[in-house]
Amino acid sequence: MELYQGSLDVKAIFGRWLDEEATSNYGAYIPFVGTIRAEDGIEALSFDIYEPVLQKWFEEWQEKAAAVGAVVKMAHSIGDVPVHTSSYVSAVFSPKRRVALELIDLFVEDFKANAPIWKYDVKQGKRIYAADRSTPMSGAGLLS
Amino acid sequence: MVKVEFLGPIGKAPIEIEALTLADVAAKLKEDTSLTAWLDKCAVALNDTMVNELSVALKDGDKISILPPVCGG
Repeated sequence: MELYQGSLDVKAIFGRWLDEEATSNYGAYIPFVGTIRAEDGIEALSFDIYEPVLQKWFEEWQEKAAAVGAVVKMAHSIGDVPVHTSSYVSAVFSPKRRVALELIDLFVEDFKANAPIWKYDVKQGKRIYAADRSTPMSGAGLLS
Repeated sequence: MVKVEFLGPIGKAPIEIEALTLADVAAKLKEDTSLTAWLDKCAVALNDTMVNELSVALKDGDKISILPPVCGG
């Protein structure tokens, strides 16, 4: 798992991941790129991350991937990420395509629902929590 | 004493309270009106592991994290 201040260098990360697994004999490499769209007058999105819980969440996914012979990788931004640049990339490597196609779907969807990352719109330099696009994590409401 | 930290957009400084279980923590936090809009949407981690039971026993120095709704990517 890789965390970076600001926008991701997508080409460099994907190229490095490709090199890392060049001789691992995986037949499929399925990358996912999340890019910030220009909408609702935003200049950027901004992110807070709680790394200890994110690390555990990611380790659980590494174990799930290993159980089906695959590898998952991800990188995410911290802080401001301008429109038309990328804040999130992930990828699955697996011996055959079917496992990778299914795993990237499950992995990215669970990432959206349970990775401890908070998103803010940046408008005129102000950070505004994206409450209406955010999802309570599994187990939410325990203390209410 | 246990430490309670409020993550992301909650924007509240950490506090230290006396609590034997997470139920005690819940009771204390419900007294704070600045948290009323958050608690029903927040998940909880104890020492950086997600928890789902109020009966979990706490010990001195434990860290409880309050995690509001998320949106990575």
